[in-house]
Amino acid sequence: MPRPGFVLDVDRSTPPIVFHHGEGFRLEKLPAGRSRVLYPGEPLAPLDDVEAAISHALDHPLGDSEPLRALLRPGMKLTICFDDISLPLPPMRRPDIRQRVIEAVLDRAAAAGVDDVHIIAALALHRRMTEDELRHAVGDRVYDAFAPSGLLYNHDAEDPDNLAFLGTTPHGEEVEINKRAAESDLIVYVNINLVSMDGGHKSTATGLASYRSLRHHHNVQAMLDSKSFMDRHSSELHHSNWRMGKVIRDAGVKIFQIESTLNNDTFGQSGPMSVLQKREWEWNARDRASFVTMKAALDRMPVKARRAIFQAWKAPYGVTSVQAGEVEAVHERTTHNVFAQQLVEVEGQTDVLTMGLPYICPYNVNSIMNPILVACLGLGYFFNMYRGRPLVREGGVVIMSHPTSSEFHPVHHPSYIDFFEQVLADTTDPKEIEQRYEKQYAEDEWYRHLYRTSYAYHGVHPFYMWYWACHGMAHAGKVVVVGGETKAVRRLGFTPASTLQDALEMAEDVVGRDPTVTHIHNPPLVMADVT
Amino acid sequence: MKLPQVKVPAVRIPRLPFPYSAPTTPAGIEPVARKVRSGPAYDTSWARKLPARLGRSLLRDTVMRAGVRALAAPTVHGLDRLAALQEDGGPVIFAANHHSHIDTPLLQTSIPEPWKERIFVGAAADYFFRNPMTSALSALLIGAVPIDRSRINRTSADRAAGLIDDGWSLLIFPEGGRSPDGWGQPFRGGAAYLAVRCGVPVVPVHVHGTGRILRKGKKLPTPAATKVTFGVPLVPQEDDDARRLGARIEQAVAELADEVTTDWWSARRRAHAGDTPSLTGPDATGWRRAWALGDPSRRTRREKRRWPDL
Repeated sequence: MPRPGFVLDVDRSTPPIVFHHGEGFRLEKLPAGRSRVLYPGEPLAPLDDVEAAISHALDHPLGDSEPLRALLRPGMKLTICFDDISLPLPPMRRPDIRQRVIEAVLDRAAAAGVDDVHIIAALALHRRMTEDELRHAVGDRVYDAFAPSGLLYNHDAEDPDNLAFLGTTPHGEEVEINKRAAESDLIVYVNINLVSMDGGHKSTATGLASYRSLRHHHNVQAMLDSKSFMDRHSSELHHSNWRMGKVIRDAGVKIFQIESTLNNDTFGQSGPMSVLQKREWEWNARDRASFVTMKAALDRMPVKARRAIFQAWKAPYGVTSVQAGEVEAVHERTTHNVFAQQLVEVEGQTDVLTMGLPYICPYNVNSIMNPILVACLGLGYFFNMYRGRPLVREGGVVIMSHPTSSEFHPVHHPSYIDFFEQVLADTTDPKEIEQRYEKQYAEDEWYRHLYRTSYAYHGVHPFYMWYWACHGMAHAGKVVVVGGETKAVRRLGFTPASTLQDALEMAEDVVGRDPTVTHIHNPPLVMADVT
Repeated sequence: MKLPQVKVPAVRIPRLPFPYSAPTTPAGIEPVARKVRSGPAYDTSWARKLPARLGRSLLRDTVMRAGVRALAAPTVHGLDRLAALQEDGGPVIFAANHHSHIDTPLLQTSIPEPWKERIFVGAAADYFFRNPMTSALSALLIGAVPIDRSRINRTSADRAAGLIDDGWSLLIFPEGGRSPDGWGQPFRGGAAYLAVRCGVPVVPVHVHGTGRILRKGKKLPTPAATKVTFGVPLVPQEDDDARRLGARIEQAVAELADEVTTDWWSARRRAHAGDTPSLTGPDATGWRRAWALGDPSRRTRREKRRWPDL
């Protein structure tokens, strides 16, 4: 029986806590008597028979949907869409759940005599997936059957000939999605719901959309009004997507949604990395030896080698649920299952929130975590992992631990380089950035070309990353980065610190003496239900 | 003078007394059965003891793997279909089509953990166990267990079932022998019978391309690329009998063959439409079967280009 997550009150006997620090780790002693650590629950038991669960979900859909078999018929146009490389994190070991689900869907399509099938990676403005990445997601069998004939491909949000305008929401939001999907008799959307933000109407309304459509919810105001975007009912990002979902439905586009949840078994229960998932006071001699060896080796390795080791890691996630059918009914069940794994009740807010940022976020899989992504991961994702109220009080301090080197992947993140050198050198105010620079980057022909033909994120993507962090920026009185590159940290508008102790002292200048400290322990992912 | 004839006694090597030699059997007592050194009743249990397993494991991961790589250059597909079974770790039956002697080492080097160390091969008693030497080598090198293919033999079945019940997995070629003409042969019921009897899943496996390496009648191997494809495991259902499961296994291998020669999606569509090409080829004789096979290695080699005489 897996143990649930809990909040540990730090006392003198509490051992140092592991902080992720990019492609390395730090062991930090938190102040006794006024600190607490939010520990995630242990991985939930995975499904015994995933194939049977998929079959059951397809044959017994939720909501007012018919079973998938009943929706398939000869001569129809079927489009299968799936989440891109940004999910899950780290990528899961083969077979990926997307492959298992897509094969089950295709098997039913084959039985029904459906000939016209397209499979689309729903990546919105993310970079295109490479052949290896597509093979990993959908499996070799599906890839070899569809890709050579051009029937498996990446969504292109800048292809004017393959976008369909479906209408406008009552709030004036334009809905434009992939034309093939919009003109299909059925869209089957295959999700992986790693966190509660994923899935629902956001899958189609965001994953298959164009810039024209995305800008209505990927903007500063929507982010400031999303408290948080991990809680759909309090998220303007989701409200907008839900409105768009209604427009899509009213336009006659039929969607069969399939969502799956994973447990949080990121580094496994055995092997040298498993120590990262254990609670520090439970480390045995072997755990300690493997941690010391791993840390010593990593500290002496060149950054490229470290990066290669971590990026090669495939998580042994177990599938905890699969549900299918009508979008909203499915998503309700999915969110419940995600919360069952991740949600931990926390009483009250804190003065100082600390977090160790890992080597990976949704936008640097097989790539480099640049400073903008560090800001997005810390103040966007980790800060927003709450329901109710943020973990840190308004005006409190957020301390993040990450090397934050000003290194960029030139192929994946070309517009990030210019954003860092041009935009952030000028201002870090999200609203000002949005007004002055967004359009120029979004419509830049060179970025557009790289997005469509190379493996680059869209020109506007670094802006979205900055907006993602704006709720955290507005809420926190100060942001300190421990162990980061001074120049890069200052460019982000944050304060650099060499050690956690220094950072805590800096925090006292903002929140007063002897502040309360709360640390989010990761991996794996944990979400705070703050009362 | 006539010399007296001397009788030269026959030279006899003195026999060591008991207990330094084998005892004789008293009259009226039924002699103890001599140990069978070959054939269907050959006892292979020694080859599953630790020293033999270690030796076999070493051989498999060195000589056998290198040889297979040099001759067959295999690519392995469909291992992801075994993920759930791998977690379970119980015994399974691998049922594959059969074209060549290299099929066994090819599969033994392709079958993943946790089965590759505890697997035995169902081998034809009349071929692999025809004399003491081949019997010992087959048992030791490939972990073979004799299967009598000439008649239904309860001993063979009981032995195989006992091993499966003890946690050993079985690699078997249900066609009963290598293909005589490049096409498959109808599957026999052994694999299905054992699966139903022991309640273990059957993993259908398709081996492609080995017919070009060492097909029946060939003495020397020719290197060629091969493909091993593992299929979705077939779990015997409560109402399954050996005949029904046998048909499912044959159909599954045929679908894998179709998947290999076309692609997965086309194969699935044909499977659902009931149009999966049969493993056994067209119902014809002679050249028409060879023609339908379309094996490139059988086609006449193009003449080397010659420069014109000027």
